[in-house]
Amino acid sequence: MARIEVRKTYKLYVGGAFPRSESGRSYEVADTKGRFLANAALASRKDARDAVVAARKAQPGWAGATAYNRGQVLYRVAEVMEGRRAQFAEDVQRAEGLTTRRAEGAVDAAIDRWVWYAGWSDKLAQVLGGTNPVAGPYFNFSIPEPTGVVAAIAPQDSSLLGLVSVLAPAVVSGNTCVLLAAEERPLPAITLSEVLATSDVPGGVVNILTGRVAEVAPWLASHMDVNALDLAGVDDTALRRELEIAAADNVKRVRRAGHVDWSADPGLERVRCFLETKTVWHPIGV
Amino acid sequence: MARASKPKPFEYAPAPESRAVVDLASSYGLFIDGEFVDGTGGALKSVNPATEEVLAEVAEASEADIDLAVKAARRAYTRVWSKMSGAERAKYLFRIARIVQERSRELAVLESLDNGKPIKESRDVDVPLVAAHFFYYAGWADKLEHAGFGPDPRPLGVAAQVIPWNFPLLMLAWKIAPALAAGNTVVLKPAETTPLTALLFAEICQQAELPPGVVNIVTGAGPTGAALVAHPGVDKVAFTGSTEVGKAISRAVAGTDKRLTLELGGKAANIVFDDAPVDQTVEGIVAGIFFNQGHVCCAGSRLLVQESVAEELVSRLKRRLGTLRLGDPLDKNTDIGAINSLEQLERIRHLAGVGDDEGAERWTADCDLPAKGYWFAPTVFTGVSQAHRIAREEIFGPVLSVLTFRTPSEAIEKANNTAYGLSAGIWTEKGSRILRMAGAMRAGVVWANTFNRFDPTSPFGGYKESGYGREGGRHGLAAYLDVH
Repeated sequence: MARIEVRKTYKLYVGGAFPRSESGRSYEVADTKGRFLANAALASRKDARDAVVAARKAQPGWAGATAYNRGQVLYRVAEVMEGRRAQFAEDVQRAEGLTTRRAEGAVDAAIDRWVWYAGWSDKLAQVLGGTNPVAGPYFNFSIPEPTGVVAAIAPQDSSLLGLVSVLAPAVVSGNTCVLLAAEERPLPAITLSEVLATSDVPGGVVNILTGRVAEVAPWLASHMDVNALDLAGVDDTALRRELEIAAADNVKRVRRAGHVDWSADPGLERVRCFLETKTVWHPIGV
Repeated sequence: MARASKPKPFEYAPAPESRAVVDLASSYGLFIDGEFVDGTGGALKSVNPATEEVLAEVAEASEADIDLAVKAARRAYTRVWSKMSGAERAKYLFRIARIVQERSRELAVLESLDNGKPIKESRDVDVPLVAAHFFYYAGWADKLEHAGFGPDPRPLGVAAQVIPWNFPLLMLAWKIAPALAAGNTVVLKPAETTPLTALLFAEICQQAELPPGVVNIVTGAGPTGAALVAHPGVDKVAFTGSTEVGKAISRAVAGTDKRLTLELGGKAANIVFDDAPVDQTVEGIVAGIFFNQGHVCCAGSRLLVQESVAEELVSRLKRRLGTLRLGDPLDKNTDIGAINSLEQLERIRHLAGVGDDEGAERWTADCDLPAKGYWFAPTVFTGVSQAHRIAREEIFGPVLSVLTFRTPSEAIEKANNTAYGLSAGIWTEKGSRILRMAGAMRAGVVWANTFNRFDPTSPFGGYKESGYGREGGRHGLAAYLDVH
């Protein structure tokens, strides 16, 4: 007789722990052919707020870690993902209905993306900052600094590669992140959170919610302790406008949605979106 | 208050700069497509805030006028400016920089007349920085591929720019120079109370033979600005002004593809440690909050002093403030000019009154205020707590709130305890402390042992509710290129 499979409970990832939604709700996740895959937690307003609190708490420590350390942590994520490559490929295949080969390709690209961003951590300040030759006896330099807590709505189409392509550039510079996974394809994100929990990523640096964009995103957009908003996964134009209006209340930095080829070279654009530039002056004299 | 009988330690003979260098017309139209044209809206009067004299009437651009200006900018973008090589664009910007230098006295006098700022500031700070800004960005126009935004960065198109009244011409330069260097065309709206130097700048564009439509100047008040920002033909919006209006603009462009940069209000902490050199620090505090009558978004309006030196420092500060000369902005000895408008004066008076009501202790410099015009004497509030409105809200006037702290951590906590994040100051002789404090400030510009320094090569802009995007330096180009 065939062995009965031990199924996994898919939960949220908040502050380094795996809670269920405080609302006690879940929703059915199906594959592209409509077959039942799992019940995912249906995150509520309270879950979103808890995630922001966790992200805020973790932010100073993460930003204060050395760039070398952050780079190693991101590289470690790639290492641990590589070890679970087959599981991710299966998750992505089910979520997106891809051929095995294309699903593996997406996983490989996601792993490689972590490696690429890992190497950026200790180069950003040199590439994006510098000294400024002011016309006077002053030493003047500009440095990039993380903007703080980034709330991101993950791309709806690309459940793993798209998600990593949004998450890694936000956190590499020292931001912490609250990420709402692709609404209909949330399972690869939860598998990723299991990797993050075992890859030296401090709890709270990445927080992953699963649920409805229309329900959760407005709470993140209007949250006064969120500094920036990535609307990558907001396809609905009316909702996008509503979220941008809410984001204005505390002058959030907003990265709008747009057509993105997630397999293309990402460049530094998404890193730059969530950085501030600080300029420091000091007199030169004796 | 009768102060006339009190002898002054130093009496200066009046040294007024002549206003003959300025040739003012009685009324001005809009600058659209290279020509001055009559607007179809109403008219505004621009007033000299030091005398309440009407300087000129300016047109209030209507929606139809805005439409013409945006269309002119679009035509100039498509047909001329976007096709021109960077090297040729650069030459126009260099020309503008040179003409600003050549006509610097005229610009400085007009700026002081219209704004109320002392001539020594408009002459030595504003106008030289304007020329420097055009000169700096001129050099970028043919080097954009080296700016770190990819091999072929593209301009955005038509930029709508709305600027404030505190540095009328300098804010114009901060907006127009990088926009044009990157290959955009612009429609700029100067502030309602200070339109005159922008109109003189339009004349400079004509002298430079800048192609028509590349720069358009539309004067008016809030509704004109709102119409400009909302115009569907605009690709980019850049705004400097209050946080409240900045949020409204952000909501207005929500759901569109318009790019937005905002440079908004501030409530900067100027932090003084017990080892700071007292005389230099006092000068820095004065420069921090009394420069330009405190009409500075990055003003050091919250003085945080280490408790052990607070008494001595504040007493020396008051002594120094007693020597500041308030009066005729065109007098070369004037330190403190006029408040830009009656509306702003009322706001300063109101918030200072709130300071009294909330229990802070007010001290005002002993100086005579001219009978006509809008004036507010340098004022210091002590005994201010973090909850007081004068410690939280931007007063935008010559009013300093003094708070104290004991430890560096407390200073950091208090300095960052604000929704704003534009600038900060640090005064200490200890290098390692400067670097730690500078790192801990959630602010876009940190001045250590100096304050209120500006340079075209130095990026300027805020954290948090002080806005986003940078002006100045390589970073300033990003706001006008098709990059995020």
